Amino acid sequence: MTDTTLEYVAPDQNDPAVRAAQEDRLRAVWKPPSGLFLRWTDVNNNRVGVWYTLTAFAFMLFAGILALIMRAQLALPNNDLVTANTFNQLFTLHGSTMMFLFAVPMFEAVSIILLPQLLGARDLPFPRLSAFGYWSFLIGGVFVTGSIFFDAAPDGGWFMYPPLTTRTDLSGLGADIWMLGLSFIEVSSVAAAVELIVGVLKCRPPGMRLNLMPLYAWYILVVAVMILFAFPPLIAGDVLFEMERLLDWPFFDASRGGDPLLWQHLFWIFGHPEVYIVFLPSIALFAMLIPTFAQRHLLGYPWIVLAAVGTAFLSFGLWVHHMFATGLPKISLAFFSAASEAVAIPTGIQVFAFIATLWAGRVIWSTPLLYAVGSIAIFTIGGLTGVMVAIAPFDWQAHDTYFVVAHLHYVLIGGTLLPLFAGLYYYWPLITGKKLSDRIGRAAFWVLFAGANLAFFPMHLSGLEGMPRRVFTYPAELGIGGLNLASTLGAFLFAGGVLMICVDMALSPTRAKTTRNPWNAGTLEWLAHPDDEDWGIRSVPLIEGRYPIWDQQNFVAKVDEGRFFLPDAEEGRRETIITSVIDARPIQVARLGTPSFVPMITAVALGSVFILTTYHLYWLALAGAVATLAAVLTWLWTGTAEIPEKPAKAIGHGLTVPLYLSGPAASGWWAMFITMMADATAFSGLVFGYYFFWTIHPVFPPVAHPGPGIGWPMAALALTAASWGATIAARETHARGGVAVARALLAVGILASLASLGAGLAGPWISGLDPKAHVYPAIVWTLAIWTAAHGGVAAIMQGYTLARSIAGKMTPTYDADVRNISVYLHFLLFTAVVAYATIGLFPELAS
Amino acid sequence: MKRIAGRLRRRTVTLWTMVVPPTVWAAHFLFSYLWAALMCAKVGAFAAFPTLYVAATAVAIVVIVASGVIAWVQAREPGDAPPHDAGTTKDRQRFLATATVLLAALSTIAVVFTAAPVAFLTDCR
Repeated sequence: MTDTTLEYVAPDQNDPAVRAAQEDRLRAVWKPPSGLFLRWTDVNNNRVGVWYTLTAFAFMLFAGILALIMRAQLALPNNDLVTANTFNQLFTLHGSTMMFLFAVPMFEAVSIILLPQLLGARDLPFPRLSAFGYWSFLIGGVFVTGSIFFDAAPDGGWFMYPPLTTRTDLSGLGADIWMLGLSFIEVSSVAAAVELIVGVLKCRPPGMRLNLMPLYAWYILVVAVMILFAFPPLIAGDVLFEMERLLDWPFFDASRGGDPLLWQHLFWIFGHPEVYIVFLPSIALFAMLIPTFAQRHLLGYPWIVLAAVGTAFLSFGLWVHHMFATGLPKISLAFFSAASEAVAIPTGIQVFAFIATLWAGRVIWSTPLLYAVGSIAIFTIGGLTGVMVAIAPFDWQAHDTYFVVAHLHYVLIGGTLLPLFAGLYYYWPLITGKKLSDRIGRAAFWVLFAGANLAFFPMHLSGLEGMPRRVFTYPAELGIGGLNLASTLGAFLFAGGVLMICVDMALSPTRAKTTRNPWNAGTLEWLAHPDDEDWGIRSVPLIEGRYPIWDQQNFVAKVDEGRFFLPDAEEGRRETIITSVIDARPIQVARLGTPSFVPMITAVALGSVFILTTYHLYWLALAGAVATLAAVLTWLWTGTAEIPEKPAKAIGHGLTVPLYLSGPAASGWWAMFITMMADATAFSGLVFGYYFFWTIHPVFPPVAHPGPGIGWPMAALALTAASWGATIAARETHARGGVAVARALLAVGILASLASLGAGLAGPWISGLDPKAHVYPAIVWTLAIWTAAHGGVAAIMQGYTLARSIAGKMTPTYDADVRNISVYLHFLLFTAVVAYATIGLFPELAS
Repeated sequence: MKRIAGRLRRRTVTLWTMVVPPTVWAAHFLFSYLWAALMCAKVGAFAAFPTLYVAATAVAIVVIVASGVIAWVQAREPGDAPPHDAGTTKDRQRFLATATVLLAALSTIAVVFTAAPVAFLTDCR
């Protein structure tokens, strides 16, 4: 291997011909695929992000129309515009779509567009993963929303409480569509979380230490971590839910030892952090636009970080405030009430930081700022009623009334929707190169502001007068006809405002391009040029402050002239710089994924598993699962951990960094670690189920259902430990050059993993546990299947790594594969210890 | 005293150390929930002075305050004048330490909030 660093001669960036040649090479490398079908194989964040955003926006409009139909039905007492059944479908789909198909995906979509720009990166670390997330979202979203046209939409409310939704005689296909369709979308959310966390931590430009990171990136980091801990409990709940619906395992059936409350716990452990998952990214937009329109640095940078991190933590201690009326001991309610009050502190701090910044700055009253300030006003009203309903005795009065509907809409419109419109007006020039109309925008704002208050303020009163949520009509004698009519008028007014914004966007192609950085902002994303190139950024800058465009001399020109890092694509590869987590020191040039069918095919295959299962077509679903596995393996084999043609590459200014990293410094290792955090969280949801059932039963395990014994679970644990040991030993000997020994150890690992799969299932199988008879056998089987299946996945990973080694795609120097699967094996061992100790040893302890 | 402060300042603050105070809050909160759920489901009552609970709360507050004090010392790294927002190792350290102090303050309040009901409620109704 030759030392390329010695041959490297820095290009002369003063020479326009050199720059033009660099630009040609970059343009060629980042050229989007064209053609009627091929264009959809694109993976570049600027396209996938825009598709994602438009799709989420379309789902928002759809869900809004559902709401208008509901408001039309409720305009008059005893109205019969829609039937009760249709009304149930309308409100369920309205809530589910707004939450799962608009609010969360919109944050992911906007982040996919903005984050690389904010971080001066050419793209996110795993562009194909973003594309996979998008296609999953599209397929799952169309599947769920389309159901209403077949009168088959879910109708159990957006939180789908059993037993109404688990009893197949009370609810139809809709419940399965909700559960499986949205589970599929949760997978894409977790994929986005992985992408965004690794993006923020590893793809920052050189010099952008943690204290210089744009606040948007801080919020995204925090929210993506929240997704990792919030979505998996819901996935665990979905697993139990579908096991009950499809296989009659009685997790939520009280007559066979189950408990519907377990679903409420798992749902709200997801559901409450979810509120902050959709709120924080919108507030993050304020943190970007307020400094711009105050023309000064944001005040209290560490305080905002405190607010984001503090809110994220506290939001996980609030879930029971949705369950105040379920009869839990008051002491438990009090804990959650206390945390619900505490979360007002960080939320207040960020609002005060924004107000202080505006106060200290020279305010430019732009359209985006108008939306931002208006939304803070609306959000604050929702926050105040939030403090009210966080007090348990008040909540018992307001629970399940329109007061709660008013509260949550004030919070979501003020905390998510209007901030997104602020972001729309602010960032539209970044994406299209054109400004939206100030006149239409301001008029639309006042229509929206008036509409929101007219629609939702009366709901506080109709709720206090006694109007319950989710009724399809009400009698005239209740005296709430006037309030409801006002709400309906407000809703249509609000829709008019949204329509005005749509018209404004539709007129955009007719308008002239604006100047670069039209708001005179100071942060990196505004380097984008109105006639944008696909390469993201011309050269990756060295960052010395929080507002480099304002504060660093000749910054824009230096970026444009390629005077910073990585100004070229000499080898014809898509590349971005990977830096260290705390201080953003360049440590690698990563080669990025190029346009490919594989993400789309993988999404279709995985989607088919969920959709076919909905219709009980199990054999076809199994075929879909095999196809998914094949697609994933193809993706990994052809697109990851590629051995570079040279060990290192010069990126300018005398810096030479490796082209390949493995272990904890590498982005792939982090992706595995983060994915497994989510996996472990889902598993802990199932374990929570086991111990939850233990607390509600005087004798658990029940005397009538002995099993699965100690022997088989302990054997399975020992085999998992052997598999783990073999893999770690393989990693270590491999790194020291013992390739043959490492291969043998991996083979041993495969056998041990497969044996652990068999032994894990043998316990409940041989002891004859019948999962339909009682919740105890059902939850034991679930833990055993979960853990055994993870053993099976370990065998596949070990086999893959062995094949990579034999194929020469993994060597002692380039060993990312074996290092990544060791992370999986660590988590597998943890899972096995907890699962097998729970099902094997705990019964002895409990008796 | 100065020597201790100097040694503390040389310790690196990371994202992991920054989230120690809220993680302790989370552990204490989870403990509170499990403690109440288990006492009420399996025993049916809890003592007027629940020693275990009080001890766990005390430990949580001690750990949070300790990490707050350490971070306070680290944040007050002497030297150049504010605002500490430059791209230097010192300012990065000051920022992470300041954020830790603030999180410790929030976490202390949150732990006190969480524990307060135990002082007022006496049974499992």
